[in-house]
This record gives sequence, C-alpha cells and structure tokens, in this order.
Amino acid sequence: MSDPLVIAGKSYASRLLIGTGKYRDFAETRAAVEASGAEIVTVAIRRTNIGQNANEPSLLEALPPSKFTYLPNTAGCYSAEDALRTLRLARELLDGHDLVKLEVLGDPHTLYPNMPETLKAAEQLVKEGFKVMVYCSDDPIQAQMLEAMGCVAVMPLASLIGSGMGILNPWNLQLVLEKAKVPVIVDAGVGTASDAAIAMELGCDGVLMNTAVAAAKKPVLMARAMKKAVEAGREAFLAGRMPKKLYSAAPSSPTEGKISSKAA
Amino acid sequence: MIQGTVNGAAQRFDGPVNVRQVLEKLSMAGKKVAVERNGEIVPRSLHQEVMIENGDQLEIVVAVGGG
Repeated sequence: MSDPLVIAGKSYASRLLIGTGKYRDFAETRAAVEASGAEIVTVAIRRTNIGQNANEPSLLEALPPSKFTYLPNTAGCYSAEDALRTLRLARELLDGHDLVKLEVLGDPHTLYPNMPETLKAAEQLVKEGFKVMVYCSDDPIQAQMLEAMGCVAVMPLASLIGSGMGILNPWNLQLVLEKAKVPVIVDAGVGTASDAAIAMELGCDGVLMNTAVAAAKKPVLMARAMKKAVEAGREAFLAGRMPKKLYSAAPSSPTEGKISSKAA
Repeated sequence: MIQGTVNGAAQRFDGPVNVRQVLEKLSMAGKKVAVERNGEIVPRSLHQEVMIENGDQLEIVVAVGGG
C-alpha cells in the first residue's frame, strides 16, 4: 500500500471515512460505502426497539465488522459522561473494539462541539485504553491539547455538521495541520466533491463525511465522486501546487520562434 | 415481583431474573447487543450471573447508521 493513512498504528488505503446514517435502507448504505472505497465507517449506538421484529435486518449484517473498520460515535451526546457511557457500551457491543469517534455537542441547533466536555471525555477515554479520534472545533490550541492527551486523530469541522457549507476557514485548518503529528481529518461540513478535494489539498490526512453522500440525489454516485475527489486532492497535495500569482509574464508556450507579423 | 426499567420503559419480572433472561424475555437473546445496568457495563460473559434488582435501570443498545 503506497501512501497509506495510518491511524493508531494501522494502515488504511482509503483516506475517505464515511458515515452510515440517513440512507434509505441498508442496501443503499452498503452500496454507497462500497462505491466510496471507505474502509472506516462510523456508526451510532442507540437503544434497541423493544418488541421490534426479531428478524429485522441489522447494520452489523449489512456492513460486517470483519470487512469494515467500525468507528462508533457519540453523536447526540451533550456531556462527557454520556459520551463515556456510549463508548463503553460500544466497546462491549463490538467485542473490545477500541477505535472510537468522540463528539460532544454543545448546541442542538448548530451541533457545534462543546470543547470543555470534549477535552474532559477525551482524557478519560484515553485513560481507559480507547483509541480516540476526536471531532473538534478548528481551534489549533485545543487540537494540540487533544493530541497531547493521547488522541490518535484530531477531526476539526470544516463547517457545521450537516450544513454542506464546505471549507469555511482553511487558515485555521492550516494552523491545526502545522502543529499536528497525528492525522488531521476534516469531519463535518463537506457538501460536494470539490470541498473534499480542497481539504485534502490543504494537507489534511483524510475526510469524514455522511450527509454530503446520503443527502445527494444519487448517493452512490456521490460516494464515487467523493472517492475520486479525496484521491485527487491528496495527489495534488503531494505533487505540490504551483504558487498563485495575480498574473504571469511567463506563458506556457515558447516566446521564441514565433512567426513574424506580416510586414505592413 | 421485580420492577425496573429497560431503555426507559417500565418492565416487570415475576421472579428473580438475570440479564440473559431479560434479553430472552424481550426476544433479544443471541442478538448483538450491549447491556448497561445502572450506568455500568454488564459484560456478555456475566449476563447469566448478574441478577436484576428492584429499581434497576437497564440500557440495551445496538449499532445503527450514524455519521
């Protein structure tokens, strides 16, 4: 595998991480995940419906954990305590699987992260042996704090969860990237393929998205577009882009050897 | 009779029951679930040993689609 994404010592060929929410059914979820090429899929932990049909299909059957790396999240948690309980349940549910996505929200309208609670939860989870990938604001100082605590990846938002607004503050993302030694994965805000490419061109190590794919008119097609965008953005980053200039006095074609203008 | 809550809803059991029997009663035996009792994980290996007491709060969870 050339140029793998390495998280907590494990290599992944794909730099696109994908959520499994908001699809029409499990068949569409599976088709979109496969089209995206993602190896890491986020899942939520929720109460079982008591009295539901015992033979109802489950996500675990649609996306077998033997084939995909599950990333259980704490979506919907507004306190460190709720996030801790959720991820302990996730570890029990997934037979000791310890790679998790921590997100502690601060506000049900914006879903903006609550950073004090996020920091508190991260510290405790690392102590309990979890490998924590952490959704956070794009504040470079707090990203460093999370890394210093032992988080295995920092995942700043590009814009608000589910907004599809794209990369609103590339400058802050660059500040986060400049200091980070763990992977920086843009989580939230990507709306279309160019947003994912921009994140990767900035030097981000990966992109995590859900709504951009699931809420597209054709989710499977968008998943494929995102795969290409992440790959293209990564390669452009590695290639090193040309500097931007307001204008160039150096055209691409030779200035020598042009035919002469007709004599007047 | 033992009374407790499962996923926030009241549940009654006629006699002493362990976690495994609760799962059986709710048609979840053998399903991939995780159980928390009063805020603490009940590991799968202890489902037959841990008895439900009056007032216990059980949470039974599964993995679902999410971002």
